Amino acid sequence: MSAIAYVWQVGECLLAIALAPLFTGWVGQCRAWLQNRSAPPLWQPYRLLRKLFHKDAALATDASWLFRLAPYVVFSTMVVAAAIIPSVTTDLPLARVADAIALVGVFATGRVFISLAAMDIGAGFGSMGARREMMIGFLAEPALLMVLFSAFMTHGSTALPEMVEGLLSQPHIVLHPSLFFAGVAFVMVLLAENARLPVDNPSTHLELTMIHEAMILEYSARHLALLEWASWLKLFNYACIGFALFMPWGIALHGAGAGRLALAIAALLGKLVVAGAALALFETLSAKLRLFRAPEFLTMAFLFAVLGLLVYLLLGA
Amino acid sequence: MTRELPRQETSRLPSNVKATHRSVDAAQWLQCAQDMHNHRAMLLALWGTDDRDRDGRFRVFAAFLLSDQVVVLEHAPIGGETDYPSLTRWFPVADRLQRAVFDLLGMAADLGDTRPWLRHGGWPEHFFPLRRDVDTAERHPLVSRPYPFVAVSGDGVHEIAVGPIHAGTIEPGQFRFSAVGEKVLRLETRFGFAHKGIAKRFEGQRLHDGHHLAARISGDSTVAYAWAYCAALESITATAVPERAAALRALALERERLANHLGDLGGLGNDAGLAFGLVQFSSLKEQLLRLNEEAFGQRYLFDYVVPGGVVAELDARLIPALLDEASRLEQRVGGLRTIYENHAGVQDRFRDAGVLSPALAKAHGALGLVARASGVAQDLRVDMPWPPYDRLQARMMLAASGDVAARVQLRFDEITESLRLCRSLLESLPPGPHLVTLPAAAPGRLGLGLIEGWRGPLLVALESAADDRVRRCHAHDPSWQNWPLIDYAIIGNIVPDFPLINKSFNLAYSGIDG
Repeated sequence: MSAIAYVWQVGECLLAIALAPLFTGWVGQCRAWLQNRSAPPLWQPYRLLRKLFHKDAALATDASWLFRLAPYVVFSTMVVAAAIIPSVTTDLPLARVADAIALVGVFATGRVFISLAAMDIGAGFGSMGARREMMIGFLAEPALLMVLFSAFMTHGSTALPEMVEGLLSQPHIVLHPSLFFAGVAFVMVLLAENARLPVDNPSTHLELTMIHEAMILEYSARHLALLEWASWLKLFNYACIGFALFMPWGIALHGAGAGRLALAIAALLGKLVVAGAALALFETLSAKLRLFRAPEFLTMAFLFAVLGLLVYLLLGA
Repeated sequence: MTRELPRQETSRLPSNVKATHRSVDAAQWLQCAQDMHNHRAMLLALWGTDDRDRDGRFRVFAAFLLSDQVVVLEHAPIGGETDYPSLTRWFPVADRLQRAVFDLLGMAADLGDTRPWLRHGGWPEHFFPLRRDVDTAERHPLVSRPYPFVAVSGDGVHEIAVGPIHAGTIEPGQFRFSAVGEKVLRLETRFGFAHKGIAKRFEGQRLHDGHHLAARISGDSTVAYAWAYCAALESITATAVPERAAALRALALERERLANHLGDLGGLGNDAGLAFGLVQFSSLKEQLLRLNEEAFGQRYLFDYVVPGGVVAELDARLIPALLDEASRLEQRVGGLRTIYENHAGVQDRFRDAGVLSPALAKAHGALGLVARASGVAQDLRVDMPWPPYDRLQARMMLAASGDVAARVQLRFDEITESLRLCRSLLESLPPGPHLVTLPAAAPGRLGLGLIEGWRGPLLVALESAADDRVRRCHAHDPSWQNWPLIDYAIIGNIVPDFPLINKSFNLAYSGIDG
């Protein structure tokens, strides 16, 4: 493990933090175009961050230390997750410490803190959002784990960099039917976990229908900025997990040079452009599910993930 | 003058529709109300007035809507008493109306809820702003007290308080849900936050200026309110509006209906998560509003309807543009309807959400669009058409299921019908003047204006004073009848479906707060 690997490790985290708002901006732009609206500029999320960081934070009188701490914890968990996920290179010292199962745990930690903070001040909407988030979360997590298990079995490791290396070291591009099922399941989990349509509507102003937004209604200024940034990072992270599991082509392998890394960043940007447009298209075409259809949606995701496993066991591919 | 007729006798009341008037005592008040109930009439409006300066009495009026006419009961308790028999015995909708009458006038019904409705602490308990002897210059400190909502108890029951300030730019209203998990057990609504004292403001206004104020009671129904006011005034002065003016008014009323239905359909799509629908319908609505500005001088048609006719002649060169727009709208809306109807996700949200059963709608006297979506055939344009609807032969649109899908379907159907009416009006616009001058009104005369606005029938009761002034003007919005029904439609639904259900009713706040 060379010292340069640590430089790349830090660099990859910074890249994720910097690119996440851009990705959300891109999805927003695509959504606007698909709805025949004129789109906000690509850097609109950065502007929002600047605005929020320049404001004075208002806190509810009943807010405890937990409420104030939560944005930092949630943001940190997403940065840690970004450090584990091989988005540009597989030469990540931290990724050897925590595998993909730990990654699910990291996401869960963030969820627990944001839900506790939402209930902390005792306002109705926060508790409502928190309990809905928990319902979605406890259904989404098993499905995500099953997706990861199918990938583990295909690649023979629970560490994401090794899985990427395993897939990339194969001489031919092999289409695994099991990964197809897992891929469908993964997209469904991604939508649910990132408060996207059809499970949640990120652009609604109707308090009673909110899930993620309801939990952060009471936040303002820098706290809100961190939480928004964290949710953009989460979406970015999920996209990168998807790339690592299902289309790792372009990711720089262990010991690659600077030129190869530049190519990997370009590949990542290309994949994000396509994924963002696809996400926007899907969101534009779907309506929001009635809340109690969300469990059906996630059960379906779980089913697909299990099918992926079964297909692997039966066909060995 | 109607007041001086012998008791019990039925007399014709000046109005744009067939209306009769009866002066009754307390026993007859109850008897007549029961008769009305037996004849399947709906209580349309209830209002009071302070006539102590004239004959030492308070008066209470009730307007009932029968299938072919309106009946107004007038009851003046003897000796300046303030008590009158409650109509909640047969008409549940009377409850909030009686509370409003008490808050403004201090006239108390003998039965029903006694919590304040319009009085939110802006004036003291024993101060009644609509009495004629109050000092309007007097200022009162705001004393806000908690409002006792009905509590629901049980294992796992919790309350969710929403509003009166909301996350979106909408009017103020408070919604108190009692829920178990996500399932709604009970909803209680509270309004009155937008009370502006319009009835008091009307007093002493010049009769010929009152339409400006009437047009501003509820901005999305400005044509309907202005027309209702003008119809009441024209009935009092026995003025016949020129045919051309009536046709132009109907054109404006149908365009108001179109604009609101287009906006609502977009909003309903958006609330179901389909932002595409909102964008499409918003652009259609915007085009309609721009053409309104070009053809009628005002985007939302404020002050287009004036006593005696309409404010300006329609430029004949714009008629082809209006006709073109009608065909374009019909085609575009048809396309969007197909998209809504074939979209599984949207249909899943619309169907069976917020069901208002026909039986309940009938029992609680639902009005207008909400009633028609639950299969209750009620549309003033068809039931008792006033000019020019008497020659237009409007068709009544109905839906049976009473859910959000029915209210969406009805809006689509009504857009088609409104476009047909617009086309028919434009193609055979009668010649003649667009405005006539009204004679002065005799004092102490009561007149009614009834117009089927886009939400339903709205009523303006206007009483003249000497010197061509307004003595009392009461405006009633059909949302009074329909708001309590949301409390029923939501039962058993889940909390996150409420915004969609509420949007499908889309009732007035300002219109009922007065």
